[in-house]
Amino acid sequence: MSDIRAEEQATPEAGLSDFVALLKPRVMSLVVFTALVGVVVAPSGVHPMVAFAALVFIALGAGASGALNMWWDSDIDTVMKRTQRRPVPQGRVAPGEALGFGLALSGLSVVMLGLAANWAAAALLAFTIFFYIVIYSMWLKRTTPQNIVIGGAAGAFPPVVGWVAVTGGLALEPVLMFALIFMWTPPHFWALALFMRDAQGRDDYGKAGVPMLTVTHGRRVTRAHILAYTLALVPVALGAGLTGIGGPLYMAVAVVVNALFVLGAVRIWRRDEETAIADRFAAEKRFFRLSLLYLFVHFGAFLAEAMLAPFGLGGW
Amino acid sequence: MALGRDHELHRRRGGRNAGVALALGALILVVFGLTVAKVERGEPIEAYDHTFRPSLTEYAE
Repeated sequence: MSDIRAEEQATPEAGLSDFVALLKPRVMSLVVFTALVGVVVAPSGVHPMVAFAALVFIALGAGASGALNMWWDSDIDTVMKRTQRRPVPQGRVAPGEALGFGLALSGLSVVMLGLAANWAAAALLAFTIFFYIVIYSMWLKRTTPQNIVIGGAAGAFPPVVGWVAVTGGLALEPVLMFALIFMWTPPHFWALALFMRDAQGRDDYGKAGVPMLTVTHGRRVTRAHILAYTLALVPVALGAGLTGIGGPLYMAVAVVVNALFVLGAVRIWRRDEETAIADRFAAEKRFFRLSLLYLFVHFGAFLAEAMLAPFGLGGW
Repeated sequence: MALGRDHELHRRRGGRNAGVALALGALILVVFGLTVAKVERGEPIEAYDHTFRPSLTEYAE
């Protein structure tokens, strides 16, 4: 038998797709979309190439966070059904490789964003990566049931980074875009936590020892929290529509989608576990899918308002 | 056993190499595009180390 065969059996070589998976492409696509909205709605005329480069480096920073998260969380990723197929738990990428890849991409993305746009945006991107890895992954995720609430801030930064990359400063609008994602994250993830169970009905996060609200306070409390955060999200979503990035189109869409979202949250709150198990968490899964649409539709409406503005149709 | 060119291990390494080449090519294109954009706009272009920086003089705007 050749040496190469022996080596292959010991540590299977990672393919390109494994390194792409380390970047969490689905999360990255959401980051790119929200950052794009931040760039487009910002009131400044940067060169399109600068805006494009800023988006590329924000996306790279998000990818770096994904790789660092997979390095740190490889132990719990091995246990959880949802994450078992990731490259590190599967043994295709060594944890050290994921760490090196993530650190290299972090440095590259921050420095290049600073050179391409401005150093305020670069500092904010660096803080976002730090927040996601150190504050959320290393600290909060394994210590408090509020992990998702505070950790949600990491996912809320991209539109702010996009805005700062274009304008060089902050304003009310990017803060409201941040608040929209920040308030949306808990109901989105808690709905997922409600239906992510193995064949024996054991909670995925409970098996991994992650103190998700479903594990520490029970599923009844989680259902109530989903409703509470959804109700708190509504004024943020509607309030953003009254600022410079909103408009009649955004408000019309927001009113409809928020009404549906509240309705879904009330439905989840009113259900007990027996009903949920009987229909295989149909309402929880529907709410989770709606939450994905919720964010897409709101940011899509911001984008539409900005695109229609030159024709005198967007904005108030 | 002779090593075949189409061994699984070579295929994976080849894929990774192609990925690195593509990523580097894309980075070069982005940096070139940025350079063109900044030169077109007449933004300040100056080196940072061991060289005269006009923006630091008292005559700079």
